Amino acid sequence: MRTAGSLLGEDLAEAIPSGDEGAPRGRGRSTFGLSRWAATGFLTPSIVLIGVFLAFPAIWTLYLGITNYTLFGFTAAHPHIVGTQNYSHAVSNPEFLNSLRVTVVYVLSSAVIGQCVLGFALAWKLRDWHSWVRQALEGLVIVAWIVPSVVVAFLWIAYLDPTGTVDRIGGVGINWLLHYPLQSLVVFNVWRGTAFSMMLFAAAMQTVPPSYLETARLAGASGWAQLRDIILPSTKGHILTDLLLITLWTFNDFTPYLLTQGGPIHQTDVLGVYVYQQAFNVGAMGYGAAISTIMLVINLLIAVVYLRLLRRRT
Amino acid sequence: MTVIGIPVEHSGDGQLDVAPPSNRGKPEWARAVAVRSIWYVLGVVVAAFFALPMLWLVTAPFEAHPGFDVGLSHLTLSNFVDVFHNPNALSSLYNSLILSLLTMLIVVGASALAAYALSRVNLPGRDVMLYVLLLLSSVVSGTAAMVPLFLLVFDMHLINTDAGVVLVLAAGLLPAGIFILKDFMDSIPRSYEESARVFGASPLRMLWDVVGPSVRPGLAVIGVWAVVNVWGNFLIPFILLRSPGLTPAAVEIYSFYTSGGQANLRLISTFSLLYTLPVVVIYLLVQRRYGFRFYGGIKG
Repeated sequence: MRTAGSLLGEDLAEAIPSGDEGAPRGRGRSTFGLSRWAATGFLTPSIVLIGVFLAFPAIWTLYLGITNYTLFGFTAAHPHIVGTQNYSHAVSNPEFLNSLRVTVVYVLSSAVIGQCVLGFALAWKLRDWHSWVRQALEGLVIVAWIVPSVVVAFLWIAYLDPTGTVDRIGGVGINWLLHYPLQSLVVFNVWRGTAFSMMLFAAAMQTVPPSYLETARLAGASGWAQLRDIILPSTKGHILTDLLLITLWTFNDFTPYLLTQGGPIHQTDVLGVYVYQQAFNVGAMGYGAAISTIMLVINLLIAVVYLRLLRRRT
Repeated sequence: MTVIGIPVEHSGDGQLDVAPPSNRGKPEWARAVAVRSIWYVLGVVVAAFFALPMLWLVTAPFEAHPGFDVGLSHLTLSNFVDVFHNPNALSSLYNSLILSLLTMLIVVGASALAAYALSRVNLPGRDVMLYVLLLLSSVVSGTAAMVPLFLLVFDMHLINTDAGVVLVLAAGLLPAGIFILKDFMDSIPRSYEESARVFGASPLRMLWDVVGPSVRPGLAVIGVWAVVNVWGNFLIPFILLRSPGLTPAAVEIYSFYTSGGQANLRLISTFSLLYTLPVVVIYLLVQRRYGFRFYGGIKG
């Protein structure tokens, strides 16, 4: 596995010209009027920005995670290295383990099951509906996706309030965010994020030649059989891509903080919220950095596993 | 892309389910109606699932004393007057706009330069580099890296400045921007530049005058996408901007309390609507103009 450090080094190394291009070049010019030096210059702003504000923080957090850096007090100015103390503290800390469990439940049920399945079902079913019904429904799903997360959080706080819309319909006066916090967040995130999967799958299904489905229909294949034997096999790659992206996004979602701040009693403490609380509320920057590192490693694992699967398929 | 065939022989597992030829008439027809109605009911349920949470956003701003319920008993526009008279509300929307536009300029500018270089010059290991960039941008999220990002910006003395927020957000958006724009640039015929080169155009001039205009839809997609992302972002300004005069709408909304310490729902709901509308309008414009397509994406 590559570390972020070697990745950056590679970027820079590759930007340096070397002559393996077959095209004739007068005075260092490539075929299309852009010399390698000019190309390097063109790449520089992006590489500097990405290097400083994306790659460097990822490496630096490895160091921060082995210090006792704090936001306030003496160790804010004079941190020193404490080795793996932060990590051993994390793995033996019930709050961290709880946070990990909550995050896994949140990601699996709201993204992998909720968004992916509902998105696929919508993309599949909406194809044969009247265009205005389809557009209206798609519009609704997409609006839920594009509204800023702060607004969405207020909407759902109002919606789930004992005096809110849910109570108007169900009429049981339950404070959902208090009594069923994680379940509420899961439903919320299905509502929030299904649009992406729906649009991705709709685009994927358009690439399936209509003649295939036509032939299957003529042969008398049921809708379910068409789905299983034609659509699923030819959209497998898109399903993996979708799963990769929504898993990463949900794993790194900070919106739960806006709805519940991790409460009540840590029941919705997803890892992002946990890092925030440890680093900025408690002030334990070093410990927060260690949890950050764990999150980055999990992100990398998710990405590598999915990309491996995707590559094996092709 | 794997080419799939239609299984014509029906034997063994994974075969097509072929419905038995129907010769029973009416029950078959009744069943079709039943199935169809079930789908319509499901459609209504799904529509309600997505629409109901949104209702509050369109009713509460027009309600004189909004609670968390949806209803319009006292129709009024005075909430809007209040928002316009609240100096923090308007200035925070302005802050959001500035942050969005600055980030957009950097993302569009830097990714256009980089995408052009990557599209036209066959640097060794280019594909690996693109792949790595994309991996980096999806792995290093603001949430996972909030601690090092905060300390980095702090050590650079950029805490409490627009520059800190803009640079962090731009770096996060750049890789995907480069990836998408490179796709656009790859589709522009290189013969255009050949003719420009004959007249001695510099690489920058070529990008600005020849390639730029041809990839305008791509630039627009990146620009809109950057604006919408920054406009809605909460976490980065939340941890990097600490003084009230600088905070964008996403953070400022949490300061709207009544003198009694209660959340000021009149202000919050109305402000939410004003804060949301630009994004919805932008979405509708883009949708009408370009439709929704998936550019780039991860290729196996």
